[in-house]
Amino acid sequence: MKMCPSQFVNYMHEYLDGDISREHEQELKHHLQACQDCQQHMHELSDTIAFIKSAAHIAAPPSFEDKVIKRLPKRKNSVGIKRWFRQHPVLVAAAVFCLFMSATLLGSFPNDDQFSVTKQPNLVVNGQTVIVPAGEVVKGDIVVKNGDIVIEGEVDGNVTVINGNYMASTAVVTGQVKEIDEAFGWLWYKIKKGFSDFTNMFE
Amino acid sequence: MDALVNKRIKQVLKGDQNAYADIVNLYQHKLYQVCFRMLSNKQEAEDIAQEAFIRAYINLHSYDQNRKFSTWLYRIATNLCIDRIRKKKPDYYLDAEVAGTEGLDMYSQIAADGQLPEEAVEQMELQDRIQYEISRLPDKYRSVIVLKYIEELSLLEISEILDMPLGTVKTRIHRGREALRKQLNNV
Repeated sequence: MKMCPSQFVNYMHEYLDGDISREHEQELKHHLQACQDCQQHMHELSDTIAFIKSAAHIAAPPSFEDKVIKRLPKRKNSVGIKRWFRQHPVLVAAAVFCLFMSATLLGSFPNDDQFSVTKQPNLVVNGQTVIVPAGEVVKGDIVVKNGDIVIEGEVDGNVTVINGNYMASTAVVTGQVKEIDEAFGWLWYKIKKGFSDFTNMFE
Repeated sequence: MDALVNKRIKQVLKGDQNAYADIVNLYQHKLYQVCFRMLSNKQEAEDIAQEAFIRAYINLHSYDQNRKFSTWLYRIATNLCIDRIRKKKPDYYLDAEVAGTEGLDMYSQIAADGQLPEEAVEQMELQDRIQYEISRLPDKYRSVIVLKYIEELSLLEISEILDMPLGTVKTRIHRGREALRKQLNNV
């Protein structure tokens, strides 16, 4: 074994790592010139590095990429949805908002089963059926809720039937006839109304 | 290259599995090489390198895109290799503490259990010989030597990959070099 102080071996490694200080390098140089054993040691270390660095590059087998891709787990749908939720908080908020809004719109849908009709002097009400008798002329609009309307005479205005049927064979209606009987129709009606209110706000 | 890799990673995170093929293509040789040098077995190296890519894919959301992707990937692969080596070996390797350079002798003695006869070693082809010598290194030196001299990574990168202080990396490289030197001069 060598008798030299072990610091010189440390200096050799510092030198090989490329982070030796100028002073240490000088010291090492002087020492190596004087000491055969350490010179030998340094040589062996350099040879060792040269030896290991002469290792050839090794390439992965040709099918490697395909095998990896085949082994990849399929992303679960729920994971994808969760991730989507996390990545699009604004859209999620908008969706929740729409959900609540439509709930309130539908909530205002008249789901009371009460029958009602616009008061007009010459209408005949028979149970839940409103009749415009033959030969009579009704002046003004008629709105029937939760009931049917049979027009045998004439109506000089709009007829709106909510949750009911409009039955007319030979009727004469000068205005528009509207039947609103499903929730979607009601919603559409509300949306149209809401939209026109909205545009009115800017005018 | 980093910009391209980050772009691919974003695509994968959005659910595009095909973008991952490009990432595998870019790093497959490096990763396979590390695994092979660590494990000295083609089949095991392929298994572990594949496993590393799959783990990286599964945990891609936890990868910090401000850091180097290759470092992260190397880290997964070296951890898997070290786990594999430990499972194969009796645990006295782990318990053996090396104090100073004297400890090296103890390590090389244990490693020498699986040593080939001298004539056999001398007749080896250079490349086989290199791998043989690497495989005889204790695994804590083997990983730093492989990363430093086969993959040619900086000490700083190695310290990130192995998650240990720079000083420890240097110490292990010094001891690894000494261990290799002794192995080569014993023959």
